[in-house]
Amino acid sequence: MSTQILIKKENSSIPIYKKEENSNVEGKLFLARYKRDDVSHLNLKNKDVCLKCVNKPCIIVCPADVYKWEEDRLIISYDNCVECGSCRIVCPYSNIEFRYPYHGKGIGYRYG
Amino acid sequence: MVEKFDVVIVGAGPAGISSAIVTSRAGLNTVIIERGNIPGEKNLFGGVLFKHPFEKLIPDFVKTAPLERKVVEYQYWILLDDSYIKLVYRDDYLSRSPSGYTALRAKFDAWYAKKAQEAGAMLVTRTQALEPIIKDGQVVGVNTDRGEVYGNIVIAADGANSLLAQKAGLHDEWKPHQLALGVKEVIEVTRTKIDEMFQLKTEEGVAVTIIGGPLKGMTGGGFLYTDREAISVGIGVLLSDIVRNNVRPNKLYESFKRHPAIYPYIKDGVLKEYSAHLIPEGGYYAMPKLYTNGMMVVGDAALFVNVVGWEGTNLAAESGILAGEVAVYAHKIKDFSAKTLKLYEEKLKNSFVLRDLRKFRRIPPFLYKNKDFFSAYPEMIRDSLRIWHTVDGEPKEIKIKKIRNAIFQKVGTVKLIKDVAELVRGMLF
Repeated sequence: MSTQILIKKENSSIPIYKKEENSNVEGKLFLARYKRDDVSHLNLKNKDVCLKCVNKPCIIVCPADVYKWEEDRLIISYDNCVECGSCRIVCPYSNIEFRYPYHGKGIGYRYG
Repeated sequence: MVEKFDVVIVGAGPAGISSAIVTSRAGLNTVIIERGNIPGEKNLFGGVLFKHPFEKLIPDFVKTAPLERKVVEYQYWILLDDSYIKLVYRDDYLSRSPSGYTALRAKFDAWYAKKAQEAGAMLVTRTQALEPIIKDGQVVGVNTDRGEVYGNIVIAADGANSLLAQKAGLHDEWKPHQLALGVKEVIEVTRTKIDEMFQLKTEEGVAVTIIGGPLKGMTGGGFLYTDREAISVGIGVLLSDIVRNNVRPNKLYESFKRHPAIYPYIKDGVLKEYSAHLIPEGGYYAMPKLYTNGMMVVGDAALFVNVVGWEGTNLAAESGILAGEVAVYAHKIKDFSAKTLKLYEEKLKNSFVLRDLRKFRRIPPFLYKNKDFFSAYPEMIRDSLRIWHTVDGEPKEIKIKKIRNAIFQKVGTVKLIKDVAELVRGMLF
């Protein structure tokens, strides 16, 4: 029905400690199973609120580098999300609308 | 989908599945709603679970469950920038009668959910409970992304991020100091290599609890667990401390992993998975209300994590069992109001779940406020050992004097005595 893309890399692996390149989160997240959702499950209630936020704890706390600040707005790479919910809890303005992806989409651990 | 069940359980983790096994064995029409495609795929823990609550439901648990290794050795490490201190407790008794096992949740939860299905529970995956349906002050079901599901009793087993309990008004939004962010990697290392490195016999494993190092000054710790053919390494640090120290969790984890105490064990390994999850560490004082009309909260959703014992899944399973028993009783007397469900809290109070959380109730707030346990005190121990082991002709009399200074001048005598007293009070009394 929907155009879901299943990224599945059963035997993929990264040798540990090839220094910097492996500490990149995106490379590591590639090991997990993902079912990409077409719509973001992370949304801002009011984009302008982020302008007045000084230290932007959502960017700091995210273990999957979902949040990035570009010029004057918050970019949300929701398909990196590991669905922990930290961003919602640390947002000083309660400005992040967090829900889990619907219909089993999002991350799927093979070990856990 | 509009369905009516006796019991609606949200979340197929150790808590929810335990409830389901109890209620469906008692003949109640039970459904588990799970947002993942397979139970366990959204779930994460460090890796040690304790068998005792599971064995109550499944007598041949150890034989049949997909466990990794039985823990026969517990290690406690204090890391510093350039040194480390290790305490090793190995006991052959633990090999003969183990209580803890390392496990991986994707495998374990999927297996455990099957046990609930075998008992008669219905498992609905790829379905997310969005909010409780409340009629006349009574929770009568949940709204999901596929429609409404009704039940006499809803059991919220939806984990650390329990949006359900929050939406039912059982607690406010969590504060950043009540939850830790756990970051973990599963690193493949061959079975023989693990056995050799840790001097283990077949099926035997090690659990390591770690503080300090790159986590210096933050309330939190790390772990290293041996799985069958992998090593799980991870950290857990309070969200408030991550923000306050402006450290990125992945970077923090990477430097932790590369500490010379840890790195040799995993350096030839192959990274299989990077994962992160919230750990509800707020303890007794941060707990939500545990029940309301038509609903009970179990496991992580109820903040049932013992930060002193590093236990969680056993508290989850036990609370799930108790909530299941109360659901069965409520069906017997046909009353699903808070008046009946209060029994759940009473049962918890008599079990290790609330007794342990209450026992150590002072520890989470204490460790949150007092960062010396995560920087000054490890340094104090290191400094003392360093002075003692620098043998250079200096009379021991002077060495002892230096050690005394290292101990009493680090944080000040008054603070030291106060901290020790608080800790002793929190742990023993």
